[in-house]
Amino acid sequence: MTAREDWWYDEAAGPLVRPYAMVRGRTRPNAPDLHLVTQVRASSFASDQTSLTVEHREIMALCARPLSVAEVAAYLDVPLVVVKVLLSDLIERGDVIVQNSSPQIPDRDLLQAVLDGVRGI
Amino acid sequence: MVFVGSDGRLTVPTAVKIVIAGGFGTGKTTMVGSVSEIPPLKTEELLTEAGVHVDDLAGIEGKDTTTVALDFGRITINTKVVLYLFGTPGQNRFWFMWDELATGAIGAVVLVDTRRLDSSFPSIDFFEHRGIPFVVAVNCFDGAQLYTVDEVRHALDLDDGIPVVLCDARDRESSKSVLVGLIQHSMNRLEAAV
Ligand SMILES: Nc1nc2c(ncn2[C@@H]2O[C@H](COP(=O)(O)OP(=O)(O)OP(=O)(O)O)[C@@H](O)[C@H]2O)c(=O)[nH]1
Ligand SMILES: [Mg+2]
Repeated sequence: MTAREDWWYDEAAGPLVRPYAMVRGRTRPNAPDLHLVTQVRASSFASDQTSLTVEHREIMALCARPLSVAEVAAYLDVPLVVVKVLLSDLIERGDVIVQNSSPQIPDRDLLQAVLDGVRGI
Repeated sequence: MVFVGSDGRLTVPTAVKIVIAGGFGTGKTTMVGSVSEIPPLKTEELLTEAGVHVDDLAGIEGKDTTTVALDFGRITINTKVVLYLFGTPGQNRFWFMWDELATGAIGAVVLVDTRRLDSSFPSIDFFEHRGIPFVVAVNCFDGAQLYTVDEVRHALDLDDGIPVVLCDARDRESSKSVLVGLIQHSMNRLEAAV
């Protein structure tokens, strides 16, 4: 192991170490737009998971039902910026499906559905 | 309604959100918790020591970072629609998060504590300037109902069109009716616009 790799696992280096280790500093310039409420869900055609990291597999398990990016980050207990990279990996592999639109102001029908829903809780 | 994201067999719901804003300690987290179907969750954004939002992990190794937490709850409306409620961070300086929260939102509830009316001014300014529908909810802390709705409206210099209601953020029915009022206000605004 090089000194550089050691750094990733150095507890003393602060809160960035674990997230940084998970994504190895990678970024995803062509990643889909992932917002707080963007819905993600494990695909029914998920590929072989043996090559995935523990965190990726945790996400696959969480996303057996549809969840928002914010929920995945909260349950995984990692910063949003990190979960977005991990999710992008899975989306690229076709293991996770995503709502491919940025948040839009709801139309009348959607507002009515939300109104009825909130009244009913 | 359009449902995108599908692998032929599975789809994902449409997500909508409401922002719960207001000054420090006005009851934002309490309101999220009283209507959410799950205990409020926390998610964190990364910031550099200087307070700059980290939205890219490249080149930040070895730099000192800090986090800002957002708490949020969820209400499953039906199999096709899910509503999220986001409490804004207590400190007003994290405006980049407010922008992300406000984009595409149904609207906002601005919670007000009449003992510290001024602490909710920045929230009101924010939503007014962006033209985002909002209602003002006066959280009635015990024995602290010092003003009437009209007095609050006047003190906050609110347009007549902005609903002002009294509430108890700890109470589910009370918080529910605040949300209902906001959604109706958003629908009225939508209708007025066409
Ligand atoms: N009496 C009374 N207390 C309340 C009410 N709402 C909230 N509180 C209390 O006020 C305190 C602050 O409430 P929070 O919900 O944490 O407020 P917040 O706006 O999320 O606070 P920050 O995130 O720190 O800005 C807590 O101790 C609550 O229990 C209310 O309607 N009446
Ligand atoms: Mg709070």
